[in-house]
Amino acid sequence: MHPVSTAPKRRRLLDPGLVIIIVLASIGAGLTYRDQGMAAVWAIIEDDSLLFLEILPKVAAGCLIGALITLLVPREVIVRLVGSESGLRGLVIATLAGILMPGGPFTVFPVTVAFLTIGADAGAAIAFVTAWHVIGLNRAIIWEMPFFGPHFVVMRVGVSLLFPLLIGLVARWLHLRRKDTP
Amino acid sequence: MIAVVFTGLLWALALWLVIIALRRGDGTAKEALQRALREFLWLLPRLAIGVIGAGFLARLLPAESIAAYLGRDAGFVSLLIASAAGMLTPGGPVVGFSLGTAALKAGAGMPQVITYVTAWSLMSFNRVIVWELPIMPRHFVYLRLAVSWPLPLLAGGVMLLVQ
Repeated sequence: MHPVSTAPKRRRLLDPGLVIIIVLASIGAGLTYRDQGMAAVWAIIEDDSLLFLEILPKVAAGCLIGALITLLVPREVIVRLVGSESGLRGLVIATLAGILMPGGPFTVFPVTVAFLTIGADAGAAIAFVTAWHVIGLNRAIIWEMPFFGPHFVVMRVGVSLLFPLLIGLVARWLHLRRKDTP
Repeated sequence: MIAVVFTGLLWALALWLVIIALRRGDGTAKEALQRALREFLWLLPRLAIGVIGAGFLARLLPAESIAAYLGRDAGFVSLLIASAAGMLTPGGPVVGFSLGTAALKAGAGMPQVITYVTAWSLMSFNRVIVWELPIMPRHFVYLRLAVSWPLPLLAGGVMLLVQ
C-alpha cells in the first residue's frame, strides 16, 4: 500500500475568493447605508452575527467528525463501501449517508474531505454532497419546510430523488475518461 | 424543536467517535482534537466574513426584478434565468429560500422556483468561493460543478412536463 498523507493541506488565510466576497459585501453595506442609513446596516450585522453564533457549534462538530473519521475509519472499509470499484451500491450508500447527515454545509464539506482523504471516490463523494443539499432531511425539514410548506418540498424532493445517483455515475464516467487520456 | 434534534444527532455522532478514539488509548483522540481545533480556528474568520457578508451580498441582488422575471413566462428560458439567479444568490441558510417564497407570492411558477432553489443549493457562488474551493481538492470542486449545472434545469423541466 502506498503511503497516503492524511494531514490537512496547508492553506492561506486570505485568498482571492475571500477578497472578492469582502469587496462585494462592502459594496452591499455601502448601498444599504446610502439608502436606509446606519441603523439598517447595524440591523443586518446583528442578524447575521446571531446566525454566525448559531452556526459555530455545528462547524466545530463538523471539524471534529471530519478529523475523527480520517483517523478512525480504516481505509479498506471506505474503499470497499464507497471506493471507485464500489459500483452502484457505493453510490446508493453515499446517497443515503447524505440524506441522513445532520449539520449544515459547513459540516458536510469537512466530512466529505475526510471521506475523500481515506479512499472514497469522486463519484460517491459528489453523490454524498448532492444528496445532502438536494434531498437531505436536515435541510428540507429545518430550513425549507417553514418557508415553502410541505407541498412544495415534497414536489421538489420528488423530482430530485435520483439526482445524486445520476450525477455520481456521470462524475465517475468523466473521471475515468480523464484518467484514460494520456 | 426538530432543529434541536438534528443538532443533538450531530453531537451524538461526534461524541460516539470521540469515545471510540479514547478507548483506543493510543493518542488518536488527542491528535483528532488538535486537527479539529486547527481546522476550526482557520475557518473561523472566513466563516464570519462569509456569513455576515451574505446579508450585504443579498442587498446587491435585485430581489423584486428576480421575482418578477421568474413569473413572466413559463418556458425553458425562464428556467435558464432561474438557474442563473440561483447561482448568483449568496449562500446562507435563508437567503435563497426567502427569495424563492417571495417569487412564488409574486406569481412565479413552481417549476421556476424549484429550478431556482436547486441551483442556489448546489452552486451558490459565494459558498463555492468562500467555503468549498479552499477546503476541498480543487479538481473535485470543478468536477462537482461540471456535473451539477444541468440538475436545476432538469428538476424544473420535469416539473414543467408533469404540471
